[in-house]
Amino acid sequence: MKNGASDVLNQFQQGDVDAFEALFRRHQRAVYGWILRITRDPAAAEELTVEAFWRIHQARARFDPARGFEGWARRIATRVTLDWLRAIRTRRTKYELSLEDCAEAVAPAQGDPAVTAEIRLKTALAFGRLPLKLRIAATLAVIEEQPHKVVAAALGISVAAVKVRVFRALRLLRKDLEEQGITP
Amino acid sequence: MNEHDEKQMKKLLRQALPPVKSEAEPGRDLWPDVLRRLDASTTTRSLPGWGWLNSYWFDGALLAGLVTLVAIFPAAIPVFLYYL
Repeated sequence: MKNGASDVLNQFQQGDVDAFEALFRRHQRAVYGWILRITRDPAAAEELTVEAFWRIHQARARFDPARGFEGWARRIATRVTLDWLRAIRTRRTKYELSLEDCAEAVAPAQGDPAVTAEIRLKTALAFGRLPLKLRIAATLAVIEEQPHKVVAAALGISVAAVKVRVFRALRLLRKDLEEQGITP
Repeated sequence: MNEHDEKQMKKLLRQALPPVKSEAEPGRDLWPDVLRRLDASTTTRSLPGWGWLNSYWFDGALLAGLVTLVAIFPAAIPVFLYYL
């Protein structure tokens, strides 16, 4: 079985489309899910998954089968998503709207009853105002509770850098909320 | 911000933005789109007569710059020859 998987990876690296399709079928859900965690927009996540797999195909010569496909694909997917977020950040984006929808959709029973819908909404919007790098790290490490090691590999930074970004994100978020009169 | 504040902020953030469901799947088969994307990039790359431009435009630009320089300042020719 392991030999079969390794054959597929080698064939993919040599440009075999069937091997690429096999890898796509095996990993598309994980890649889509990863992108969706960052964008929170299913339509955008579908488009970005296609873009990510295209870039994966383009970069196949640089792929090292010994290091595994999943982490490599996740890293490319993260880069594609970051490029997309950078491209859309100048306007009020669907991403911000989806943050808002998300905050509004949380039933009060799910959280602390003292945390009102208004506070959740303000928190989501303040989170959307954070610098992109900090927001992505906090999204993956805090909201999605992904291991720091996985987040670090996907972002191409060290585990320590992930921790620093998460801390800075939380500190800035707290400051923003305090300025709005909300004390978490 | 101390450890307690950090925990509170994490808790508040998770309440405001709950995690995406891990079993999320695309709403359609994306493979045809990936194939279309691959075909489009292959077609663009294999346009007849333009491949050389993609590969050698920088070399061409350098050469054109050099020729222009030499045409304007012929006295620079010995300097170039010296550095060759």
